[in-house]
Amino acid sequence: MSERPVSLPGEPKVDLEQARAHGLAPDEYRKIEQIIGRTPTYTELGVFSVMWSEHCSYKSSRRHLRKLPSKSELVVQGPGENAGAIDVGDGWAAVFKIESHNHPSFVEPYQGAATGVGGILRDIFTMGARPVASMNSLKFGSFEHPRTRYLLGGVVGGIGGYGNCVGVPTVAGEVMFDAAYNANILVNAFCLGLVRKGEMMSAKARGPGNPVLYVGSATGRDGIHGASMASAEFDKQSEAKRPAVQVGDPFTEKLLIEACLEAGKTGAIVAIQDMGAAGLTSSSSEMAAHGGLGIELDLDKVPLREAGLTPYEILLSESQERMLIVAERGREAELKTVFDKWDLHAVVIGHVTEDKRWRMRWRGQIVADIPIGALADDAPVYDRPAAEPKAQPQTKISITEKPGTAKALRALLDSPNIASKKWVYRQYDSIVQSNTVLGPGSDAAVLRIKNSRRAIALKVDSNPRACALDPYLGAVGTVCEAARNVACAGARPVGITNCLNYGNPERPEVMWQFVRGVEGLRDASIAFGAPVVSGNVSFYNETEGHPIPPTPTIAVLGVMIDVSKHVTQFFKNAGDAIAIVRTATPSLAASEYAAIFGIDGGRLGAIDLAREAALIEGLVEGAEQGLIRSAHDVAEGGLAVALAEACFNPRAILGAEVELGRAGNAAAVDFFGEGASTVVLSIAERDAARVESLFAGRGLEFAVIGRVIADPRLKISGTLDEGIAELQRIYEDAIPRRLRGSD
Amino acid sequence: MQVKVFVTPRMGILDPQGRAVESSLQSLGFKNVSGVKVGKYILLEVEARTASEARDEAKKMCEALLANPVIEDYRFEVDGE
Amino acid sequence: MKWGVVRFPGSLDDGDALYAIAEVMGQDARILWHKDESLGGVECILLPGGFSYGDYLRTGAIARFSPIMKSVAKFAADGGLVIGICNGFQILCEAHLIPGALTRNRSLSFICERVWIRVENASTPFTRATKRGDLLRLPIKHGEGLYVAPEDELRQMEERGQVILRYVDADGRESDAANPNGSMRAIAGVANQRFNVFGLMPHPEHAVEAMLGGVDGLKIFQSIAGSAR
Repeated sequence: MSERPVSLPGEPKVDLEQARAHGLAPDEYRKIEQIIGRTPTYTELGVFSVMWSEHCSYKSSRRHLRKLPSKSELVVQGPGENAGAIDVGDGWAAVFKIESHNHPSFVEPYQGAATGVGGILRDIFTMGARPVASMNSLKFGSFEHPRTRYLLGGVVGGIGGYGNCVGVPTVAGEVMFDAAYNANILVNAFCLGLVRKGEMMSAKARGPGNPVLYVGSATGRDGIHGASMASAEFDKQSEAKRPAVQVGDPFTEKLLIEACLEAGKTGAIVAIQDMGAAGLTSSSSEMAAHGGLGIELDLDKVPLREAGLTPYEILLSESQERMLIVAERGREAELKTVFDKWDLHAVVIGHVTEDKRWRMRWRGQIVADIPIGALADDAPVYDRPAAEPKAQPQTKISITEKPGTAKALRALLDSPNIASKKWVYRQYDSIVQSNTVLGPGSDAAVLRIKNSRRAIALKVDSNPRACALDPYLGAVGTVCEAARNVACAGARPVGITNCLNYGNPERPEVMWQFVRGVEGLRDASIAFGAPVVSGNVSFYNETEGHPIPPTPTIAVLGVMIDVSKHVTQFFKNAGDAIAIVRTATPSLAASEYAAIFGIDGGRLGAIDLAREAALIEGLVEGAEQGLIRSAHDVAEGGLAVALAEACFNPRAILGAEVELGRAGNAAAVDFFGEGASTVVLSIAERDAARVESLFAGRGLEFAVIGRVIADPRLKISGTLDEGIAELQRIYEDAIPRRLRGSD
Repeated sequence: MQVKVFVTPRMGILDPQGRAVESSLQSLGFKNVSGVKVGKYILLEVEARTASEARDEAKKMCEALLANPVIEDYRFEVDGE
Repeated sequence: MKWGVVRFPGSLDDGDALYAIAEVMGQDARILWHKDESLGGVECILLPGGFSYGDYLRTGAIARFSPIMKSVAKFAADGGLVIGICNGFQILCEAHLIPGALTRNRSLSFICERVWIRVENASTPFTRATKRGDLLRLPIKHGEGLYVAPEDELRQMEERGQVILRYVDADGRESDAANPNGSMRAIAGVANQRFNVFGLMPHPEHAVEAMLGGVDGLKIFQSIAGSAR
């Protein structure tokens, strides 16, 4: 038996050209030859091509991601494991992460989105945490684009089809439609799990001689080269790459969740990792590398769905719902019993070694033998050139006449970006597991922690229009917005996860956007004392040379000491004072108003992070003291839209009468301006002075602008007087109306 | 022996999938379409000595599991018949 | 009362039902594993919501062949109380313990929302803590909840009082808009002829705490608890 790795009969010849076909640069191929001291086998070439892809290696982003703060007294696990973890009190750690599944979802929206949900769930329960909440951030092309409806239906169907079937509630999300995503949609999936502190599981292999178990679904040919597909630009051929998309099986995932959590309780698991991108290859090499050890697998033992898979295919398959476990030697049977109970495969396919090699055997031959570090830590790291583009993108000015205030408000409520997303979230189970205090349709989701007074709040946000104007300020503003939403609910922001969606990093201007985005994320994270504990980078989001706008998607975790003090966005009582508190002056830059009416909104205003942090402190303190009846963040559409939304109380609609700007002289920016970190509050009359001191005492602009009225009308500054029921009808029907096609 | 089982919604039972397919076909210009039903097609390998033995087996399977008589009709074809 | 909540592979609301009965109601409740045949001496069996066996062929079609379902059928035949919620209702129909069947929602999509339910028959072990005509606010969450049965059977069921719950609007009136899934005669819950087996699509176990949106579901569980033999 030869101990030298061999290519198999019939496999293509390995050379520079073949390496290029696998997406490896000539320098990278030479580095591979240097590391292993010979020509790689075909299997080895495939393995390097996925492990050194942007998707797996973070080769363009790694040096920048190091700038992100990842420590605080609450961090239980920072970057480096499958997900990050934050101490949320009463002995619980929240494990969470967000990840992209953009390319697969564009190619096959239902399965792409479904497997995106499945993948992020596995990252969470791999850590020993029970997944308790999902969120998602979706970006589609304009509603008028011919593919948008198909993609929207498919993605939403896939998220629901998978999420509903595994019993994890989808509690929040965001959906945006913009022509900039016509040819490259974004599907970012978030999951959070809870685990008792000290019971977290790790992905670091330990103990040479310990057996390696394969558990879950059998391996088929799905998704081969998914990771390298996610590392390339789209072209006309992408749609023909359909067979590469994986198919999800949520039923098996549900069994896998229960079985893995039960197996974790036996104490026989040393390390566990899901087979995500680059499947068996990445899970086995990363577990061994993180433990400073080697691994040897016998590929003949891998359960196969169909006969005839080659080692190359077995190693690169991205079949879903599979996990790799390093068990304590001699305790395999205990684990098998658990997986048998749940009718899942659990097969010993190899063992941990001391020699720091990644060695794969197949039919008596060695098909790959690589120093373990070469696949993970020694992967190339690039310092790609970054350069600010000369001309900033300019919004076209096509407006002929200014719309009236009432007409503008109706148009904004009818915009799919502002309108109710009920058509979407009604398709998601948001209540399973009995923890959802506030579900979709709120500023932030609130989940109680059972047998505790505590609760967590979650929000996912992005603001690509602002990021297109200024990638640094846009990223800062996105973090502020997500944190503010969590604080509006009454929770203190304690942790961040991010999914950084950008174009091709080989373009200096895209790299510049990325670097500025990371810097913005860093600065905001420091200001709020909310570290970035996990994340994901998605590059190459461009089609035929057109990159998407920079889109850092930010999810913030907040903690609430007493769930009974949570605050909702809706006005509660006629007679309550309506106040606004803000950190700056609003503008029309990057606003929905500017986008709809085609005007140049100008530049983004500066953001004072100390004031942003003060606003959040004030909101949390006000909620904890029970002084705030309702709090609603002013987002797309500005103050007028926020006021209308606050009136849409599902229990009983109310009205509002307010005065904006200088009396009788309010301009569009007063009604519809954005970007100034503004919150609309309602307060019992008697508490108004205390609330004012809460914010004014922190140097923030605070003003009582009106009051809640029983008459369900929105009356602003004598220039607008609209019935709430009619505004709500527009808001609720905007998306269904477009889907019915009766525009 | 190969058995092909066709499961379709029972006559008179509301078939929202069929209705949706029918209306989108019509909106695509196929105005001559009506009576669309969406069902399932199940392919089985049955070990049997004769076609009639396979038929008997297939009928039992349909009644036990493959179709729900409250809402579905079934028919099947045995290879070589 | 001793309750047993059956856990099938793919059950999802089993934990929620257990929580509602044991933690909120303070009753004795345990999980029954689908591969077991013993019912452990329970007095009421609850088949929970979820996607048993992925609901891959038809909802509930595979779960009904689980070993425990033989015991459940026997328990029901002996007059024991059985309640099936959502997927549990689908399983009861497939097992012919309740007439009719559940098919895809009229909209073809999954629906998760709170709806109004009217009690049509309050003299059953599952509704005795309510009055006829009472309105309950309960969540539904399903993709296949459109109730179907042959017309003549429906007529007989109505005469016998087997239609227990119906979808209505906030004022208690039936309307097409208030029927979320297109069920025949707006049926949301039905019982067998003996009134000891009950299936419903709404989730009473998700309406037991005010903080989570309402407590109307408790009435169903209180009715059952008060019906102990």
